[in-house]
Amino acid sequence: MSTPKPSSGPNRPLSPFMIGPYYKPQLTSMLSITHRVTGMALSFGTLLLAGWLIALSNGPDAYHAYSKHVMAWYGQILLLGWSWALLYHLCNGIRHLFWDVGKGFSLPAAYRSGYAVVAISGVLTVAVWALAYLT
Amino acid sequence: MSLRSPLGHARGLGSAKDGTHHFWVQRVSAIALVPLTLWFVFSVARLHGASFEQVHWWVSYPAVAVTLVLFIATALYHSMLGVQVVIEDYVGGEGMKLTALLLSKFFHVAVAVAAIFAVLKVALS
Repeated sequence: MSTPKPSSGPNRPLSPFMIGPYYKPQLTSMLSITHRVTGMALSFGTLLLAGWLIALSNGPDAYHAYSKHVMAWYGQILLLGWSWALLYHLCNGIRHLFWDVGKGFSLPAAYRSGYAVVAISGVLTVAVWALAYLT
Repeated sequence: MSLRSPLGHARGLGSAKDGTHHFWVQRVSAIALVPLTLWFVFSVARLHGASFEQVHWWVSYPAVAVTLVLFIATALYHSMLGVQVVIEDYVGGEGMKLTALLLSKFFHVAVAVAAIFAVLKVALS
């Protein structure tokens, strides 16, 4: 986004958007915007879940037609992204809950928990897919 | 045109009485979603390669059907609250904002009802 402008009212200065020329990209701000992006993606991703259950409720033919797409390479890539987005949003959401009760606000703590979120969401995603494919 | 300032307009009207409600229910649904999401993700992973009959049988198990309905309702509610904040933050212009907010509410309720109906149809058949 370019120069921040209020949508209405007096022309008071606003804090610039975190992505743009005003701030250097940092782990904390990148994880923050990723939380929002994954949240929005997951909102649309609920269609995937609803579609799966609706196909299941419509009998074997509908279910096979649906799972053919999900099991295809593009469906699996979509599902991989979906699962990572869900697990990332879950891990970073827990980080936010700790902030909400006033814990972990110091800069070193925010970085430690940030790296932990990246690592744990990755490990959980690998664990879920290992469970799916190796058992 | 009024010469009163925006603050002057708002003064004396009292609060909307729901100051922290949105914040609070977003956190309550977030906490509920921690176990529900972990259960859902690992359950679905274990269903990999399952046949239609196996998945149908799994969903019709009462504890599974109830937990699925809880997950769907809580996730869609949490999503509706989150998308509302994103729209309020980024969509400028009252008309566009109101339209986006309405569409988001309708979308979330429709997806939740459709998904829950599907679970119940399977579970009660």
